[in-house]
Amino acid sequence: MKEPVGTRGLILNEPFLWERGGKGRTGYSLPRPDVDPAPLPEDLAGDGPDFPDLSEVELVRHYTRLSTWNYGVDSGMYPLGSCTMKYNPKTNERQASLPGFTGAHPLVPSELCQGALELIYELEHSLAHVAGLDAASVQPSAGAQGELAGMLIFAAYHRDQGKARSKILIPDTAHGTNPASAALCGFKAVSVATGPDGVLVPEAVEALMDEDTAGIMVTNPNTLGLFETNIQAIADIVHAKDGLVYADGANLNAVMGVVDFGRAGVDVLHINLHKTFSTPHGGGGPGSGPVCVVKRLEPFLPAPRVVKSGDGYALSEDFPKSIGKLHAFYGNFGIMVRAYSYIRTMGNKLKDVSQHAVLNANYIKEKLKDVYHLPFDVPCMHECVFSDKHQEKYKVTTLDVAKRLIDYGFHPPTIYFPLVVHGAIMIEPTESESRENIDQFIATMRQIAKEAQEDPALLQEAPRNPKVRRMDETQAARKPCLRG
Amino acid sequence: MRYLSHTPEDLSIMLEAVGVRDLDELFSTIPDDCKRENPLDLPEMTEWELNDHMAALAGRMVSGADYKVFAGAGSYHHYIPEVTRYLLSRSEFVTAYTPYQPEISQGTLQGIFEYQTLICRLLGMDVANASLYDGAMAVAEALLMAIRISRRKKTVAVSSLVNPYYRKVVETYFKPTEFHVVELPYREDGTTDLSGLDRIDDLAGVAIQSPNFFGCIEDLAAAGQAIHDQGAVFITCFSEPLAYGVLKAPGALDADIVCGEGQSLGIPQSFGGPGVGIFAAKQQYVRNLPGRLVGQTVDADGKRGFVLTLSTREQHIRREKATSNICSNQSLCAMAAGMYMAALGGTGFRELAALNRDKAEYLKFALQDAGLEVPFATATFNEFVVKFPDGFDQKWQTLLQKKILAGIPLVCYYPELANHYLLCVTETRSKDDMDALVKEVQS
Repeated sequence: MKEPVGTRGLILNEPFLWERGGKGRTGYSLPRPDVDPAPLPEDLAGDGPDFPDLSEVELVRHYTRLSTWNYGVDSGMYPLGSCTMKYNPKTNERQASLPGFTGAHPLVPSELCQGALELIYELEHSLAHVAGLDAASVQPSAGAQGELAGMLIFAAYHRDQGKARSKILIPDTAHGTNPASAALCGFKAVSVATGPDGVLVPEAVEALMDEDTAGIMVTNPNTLGLFETNIQAIADIVHAKDGLVYADGANLNAVMGVVDFGRAGVDVLHINLHKTFSTPHGGGGPGSGPVCVVKRLEPFLPAPRVVKSGDGYALSEDFPKSIGKLHAFYGNFGIMVRAYSYIRTMGNKLKDVSQHAVLNANYIKEKLKDVYHLPFDVPCMHECVFSDKHQEKYKVTTLDVAKRLIDYGFHPPTIYFPLVVHGAIMIEPTESESRENIDQFIATMRQIAKEAQEDPALLQEAPRNPKVRRMDETQAARKPCLRG
Repeated sequence: MRYLSHTPEDLSIMLEAVGVRDLDELFSTIPDDCKRENPLDLPEMTEWELNDHMAALAGRMVSGADYKVFAGAGSYHHYIPEVTRYLLSRSEFVTAYTPYQPEISQGTLQGIFEYQTLICRLLGMDVANASLYDGAMAVAEALLMAIRISRRKKTVAVSSLVNPYYRKVVETYFKPTEFHVVELPYREDGTTDLSGLDRIDDLAGVAIQSPNFFGCIEDLAAAGQAIHDQGAVFITCFSEPLAYGVLKAPGALDADIVCGEGQSLGIPQSFGGPGVGIFAAKQQYVRNLPGRLVGQTVDADGKRGFVLTLSTREQHIRREKATSNICSNQSLCAMAAGMYMAALGGTGFRELAALNRDKAEYLKFALQDAGLEVPFATATFNEFVVKFPDGFDQKWQTLLQKKILAGIPLVCYYPELANHYLLCVTETRSKDDMDALVKEVQS
């Protein structure tokens, strides 16, 4: 194996903000006052917040040191399954920080924000085109809100048809957000068991689908990294009872330029711009969760919508069947600018993206399946799911493997998900990694499998290289300390 | 393509290892009738072309930099110190995922823990979460939380002076539920009329905004009393958190939940998003909170560190019984808000808030001196309502051509308020800008 990336460097300690500074310092240049003071009436006035006062230098040291304790895609390979941690292009950051965008007030008359409206309009059309659906709304702020938009559309559609429905079918491989989003709309989640080959079988759906069921939420490709090959037959069963088919597009990165979700029978699809379309995750957000629909559901999309009128663009509220507003304004516009820049940069090469992402996952699957248990040995899409079954006998778990990877300089894969695989290790390399990086990752995973056999303590006590070692999560939950 | 590194040689080596002939064969498990009939048809740009294209789009935008914008209404033009913009661009913060692996995410985790702490101190509350999407969604989540706290009472009340867009989002979240939203009228002084509260049955919670949409500072102490007398949860919300640099903190006025939009705290307006949904509550409600929480703990060597905690409230554990469906939040914006609060410090934050109030008062009195009516007598922070004479809408358009945005017309939100405009003055407007506006409206 080549020399590992992971090593111990000089790690600097850094106290809390409020353990630094001294009263009267500041890191801010206050504009020169040019009017007389007009203090508030005394009964309304407070003392102001008890923030620490820091100089600009202290501030810079503080956050620079904090940043070095983090691992990002820019640090190294981040094969976090279902999260699509691809490279975040720097030109996208530049475009999103153009003063015309960052300085734009959202309530100016439409003739003064044509650039933003055109961008939203074009982005929605490009996303719908990639999905193979007819219309899109970029208003939802993240994937879970995109799901909520989808479920609100289901509820509105059935109300419009004259009868509200109370249930929704959700496969047992689904992300937790699916049942939570459905519950917000008052739907009772009914679990559908995955078939023996890791995909849904039409019979299981047929047995559960009835006229009180609003439809089904399917993640496709699913969280085992497999394409739901029976999607059309399932859609036919659901449509026959006038139900709707929702696809969670968390894994869209596998099938761009390949799958046509409209032909597959999908009525609603949500997309994560922060996964498939390269916008940064920011340590947990902001994301953006556009929702795409077929023609007959377009009237239900969130409003306001950008419409083209003559040679200009306008915001229109004139959609009486719309589910309404999900965001105070139009969604996370800054994220849309980044995704739009990515789509314009890639063009039709979005298909190459999916091809390389799928190739990388299959390559890893082939190169590791003799040392890690592979529950479904079939061609996968953009991610592959192993388990710790072969390591159990050495008293080594998935968690130990993940933590050991940290010492070697890799971000761990997603672990213990999907729930249907005991001790799951879900690897999504994305298209961003070079063959050498992937080979290094494979060699490291094989080395770890060997260590599990020969010296399991290396794994059980990992990680040793980062600033902190394994955290006491039980204490954190038992005696919550949520502020300083 | 510079984001993809596989050469033809790499591809052939890897395809062979996988055991397929070509890239298309990787997709052979997908049924043909699920595949596209036509290939993608998207334009492709070089970085040079993209720069020109985006500059052209951004050039067709009115920016706070070259217009004199006197508009707030939920989005505020504040100066963002270069130091926070610079630090926020550290790619270790930007390109990391949710901190599920705490050992290599301590930067995000401590940063968000500090954000939670500073938000608690700003609002006078016990606990704050790691952020929600925006102020509107935060209010909707607060009302749903009030229903949980009340053990399924079915009605909530919202002041008609809560930002109209927030109320629309509340309506969207509540439409498919069995719960009802009652709107509370406003009084002549521009504050919420709570006199009808006792006539609302099954009341779980009440949301009041302060400063409210008219910019008026609500009497939160009295509101809290009235709301608690009905056994309901007292929710206060805001769109301009800078106000708490000079106002009493809502926590000191017995608010149970305090939430709102934090865009003012060092985040660009960016056509309305991304901002940050701020959400804080009393300690006793901590297990009812929506969204992620960062908590302090120790590692295997007893060293201080941070993790995501109390996740049994959340969707990935509790699924349909979770307190919210939120997963990704606005983490990087929360980090920005933390940096901004730290850059200003307690002293700077108070001074900046006072300056906003001073400037807004200057314009308010100058307009009054010019003979215009300020219809609501209640004290304000950096926004206030002015009633202009009939026909001002044309003048407003003329001013726009002179690169002055003279407030937001209120008639589209409150039909009874023809000729009323909501004006905002932050530290970015100079005395000269304001004098120019006054001169223009007089002419």
